[in-house]
Amino acid sequence: MLDPTPNGLHSGEPPLLQTRGLTKRYGDFVANDSIDIEIRPGEIHALLGENGAGKSTLVKAIYGLIQPSAGEISWQGRPIVLSGPSDARRRGIGMVFQHFSLFDNLTVAENVALGLDGSESFKDMSARLAQVSKTYGLPLDPKREVWQLSVGERQRIEIVRALMQDPKFLILDEPTAVLTPQEADQLSIVLERLKAEGRAILYISHKLDEVKRLCDTATILRAGKKVATRNPRLETAASLARMMVGSEIKEVRAAAGRQTTVPRLVVNDLSLAPAEAHGVRLEHVSFELKGGEILGIAGVAGNGQDELFAALSGERLSKDPGAVVIEGIAAGHLSITGRRKLGAAFVPEERLGHGTAPRMKLSENALLTGHAASRMVRHGFIDTAATLKTVDTATETFDVRKAKRDPEAASLSGGNLQKFIVGREILRNPAVLVVSQPTWGVDAGAAAVIRQALLDLATEGAAVLVTSQDLDELVEITDRIAVMFHGRLSVPLPTRETTREKLGLLMGGSSLEPKEAVHASGA
Amino acid sequence: MHLVLEKRAERSGTIALVSPLIAIGLTLLTMVILFAILGKNPLLALDAYFIAPLTDGYSLQEIAVKATPLVMIAIGLSLCYLANAWNIGAEGQFLIGAVAGSWIAVKTQGTDAGAWVLPAMLLLAAVAGALYALIPAICKVRFGASEILTSLMLVYIADLSLDYLVRGPWRDPHGFNFPTTAEFDPVATVPLLIEGGRLHLGSIIALLVVAAAAILLGRTIKGFEIRVVGAAPRAARFGGFNANQLVILTFAVSGALAGLAGIIEVAGPVGHLQPGISPGYGFTAIIVAFLGRLNPVGILIAGLFLALTFIGGEQAQIAMKIPLDVTKVFQGILLFYVLACDSLILYRFRLVFSNRQVTRGAG
Repeated sequence: MLDPTPNGLHSGEPPLLQTRGLTKRYGDFVANDSIDIEIRPGEIHALLGENGAGKSTLVKAIYGLIQPSAGEISWQGRPIVLSGPSDARRRGIGMVFQHFSLFDNLTVAENVALGLDGSESFKDMSARLAQVSKTYGLPLDPKREVWQLSVGERQRIEIVRALMQDPKFLILDEPTAVLTPQEADQLSIVLERLKAEGRAILYISHKLDEVKRLCDTATILRAGKKVATRNPRLETAASLARMMVGSEIKEVRAAAGRQTTVPRLVVNDLSLAPAEAHGVRLEHVSFELKGGEILGIAGVAGNGQDELFAALSGERLSKDPGAVVIEGIAAGHLSITGRRKLGAAFVPEERLGHGTAPRMKLSENALLTGHAASRMVRHGFIDTAATLKTVDTATETFDVRKAKRDPEAASLSGGNLQKFIVGREILRNPAVLVVSQPTWGVDAGAAAVIRQALLDLATEGAAVLVTSQDLDELVEITDRIAVMFHGRLSVPLPTRETTREKLGLLMGGSSLEPKEAVHASGA
Repeated sequence: MHLVLEKRAERSGTIALVSPLIAIGLTLLTMVILFAILGKNPLLALDAYFIAPLTDGYSLQEIAVKATPLVMIAIGLSLCYLANAWNIGAEGQFLIGAVAGSWIAVKTQGTDAGAWVLPAMLLLAAVAGALYALIPAICKVRFGASEILTSLMLVYIADLSLDYLVRGPWRDPHGFNFPTTAEFDPVATVPLLIEGGRLHLGSIIALLVVAAAAILLGRTIKGFEIRVVGAAPRAARFGGFNANQLVILTFAVSGALAGLAGIIEVAGPVGHLQPGISPGYGFTAIIVAFLGRLNPVGILIAGLFLALTFIGGEQAQIAMKIPLDVTKVFQGILLFYVLACDSLILYRFRLVFSNRQVTRGAG
């Protein structure tokens, strides 16, 4: 781990990039309200805020993706108007997005070439790509096709692509959200190096510990306004969170003395061929989950978590009925509706398009999963009152904020939609809840509500399976953690006996010594 | 300054209703230009097309008669399209229904068969239409064949089969060698609603179909399944709905309705089986379905409107010597504008004033 050097050095230098009164309105809605921010060369500047606080709008304005409604942006002391991202890149502003824009069936080099202006030959570009990736310790094989690469490697492509334009200023949008702890540490080393070269970095993250470790300055946004600019090292994670949310975040608390009961979800030697060409094969996955227990599944995205979810939910069936046992009944051959009738509930990772039909009303989305086991359908006819009641109850119980009683799913913010989806399932009183990425891209307030709901559900005796890439989340709420790697699931370890290092190693594919694993699982 | 399409946060209900009207307005404007180019007085032409047919009772009945098959077919198609199943072959299902139903009429001709004949004809036509539609549906589900192509190709098979039958085995021996069956017996004919008029029982059946579809889509879980499978396939699978099953179901229903419309047309207004029983109802119904927003009531209105263009086209041909093909041009342009205007439901136009000049100067 690099010890960040304190830097009071830069305070005297003129800012590299500065916004003054930057405002962006969408109709009546003010996404950015008169924001002043200063970023100096050789500074890692964190941009903190809940979802919807205006972080994306601000960086989009700085990167030229949108035009501010008012205010100005200065670059190296001179006011500028960016005509678009290519203009920003020409001036030396680069950006790495949270969601990668890569073509799966093209090679690394081809993907990089597509992002550049095409002024150099493909051969020269490839050579430069190899050199940049070597210089910064971001190993990449230019000839490999993207679908073969891990998420961490894909991110490297995006970073290298940005670095090849030799930016003076780099914006990174939640770069560590998809990385293993070790990969995140490697990224910090790269960032420290960029900083040492005098480049400035604007770093968007939800992980406050990471920000405290890595960043020199933090600007906190809330509801479109700048709340404060602080030195994060002089703050605590709690004080930063308070500034982001505007109030204390309720700490998630498990009820004392949670009892585990009988096994409610058992997976026996589940193997499943991939459904798609680039999918992952599930191999001999086995675990047992008792009532009152929360089991976490960690792992870097794309290691079979999606496939496991599909196999558990019944979106994909397995030949062996006994591979998935719900409430003591072999269910491997049952459809998702059949499994719901046994008392199982599911929350997929994708909120829009998987968990909900985006352009349908919430009441219709309540019906989507409630039609089988809840009393929403009589003799084939929909009981609209019952579906609306689910919406109202979920709204009340889980504090879902929306503009009207029954809006389209797509009009809700990520956090509110996730609260609705989790609420919709929990209101069915499931015996088994399988959740994938429960708080992905969700603001801190909503995340706390959701985690608390999962804990409460377990307290009431349900078996809860949580797949997440957020280790902190798993450590916070689970009783045991297993790691998924290349379609295999490690032996679950009691959460209090695991360390980030241990989990990180498993996530990277190293197996723990058999003796240790056996010892741990026996606890 | 330039115009951009901006995504709306939520689909606009107002535009969803207004969009077909905008499309019709733009179509009329285009037609005015087209008439002017043809050297016809645009106002007189529009009058002949859209006003004159509405002013006499005979034409009004004729509009309802023409709208009947359009609406019945379009309702079935709308179910397919909502479920993301692209049945383009309703014309073929219409013809097969007509042929299958006519078989009973031809076989019972001149016998003392009783009142069961017409119901049996309707039933057989619906079953035949459904089975014919199941061919592309099963090919899609089982082999992944594009239902757009297969259903379209089956239109020609149906068309030529009908041709063969009326020229060969089923030809009326006393029909002076015209390719047609004999006139159907009264028990094999769809009864008229008004003595001596044109309006027949089929229009009532069409209204019942509209009502049934409205209930199906608005109130039942099956209708919900159809809508989700089309709108969000992955969410539908998560909901436990089987997309393939719905392809089969919607194709079968749509084929049955088209087949029913076919026999009603033959046993009603036409009175016997002959080539050319359809002026392209199965294809025009595609326009009706979209112009009606895939909504049963909308389809009823759109069906009447397109029936008006058929009648108006005939009148314009008689009164102003405007070729009948202009009606098809009109219908094509209309579909084009309807689909174009639909983007306004999810997007809106916005003028962007940018100061690019400043950009280039600075920095």
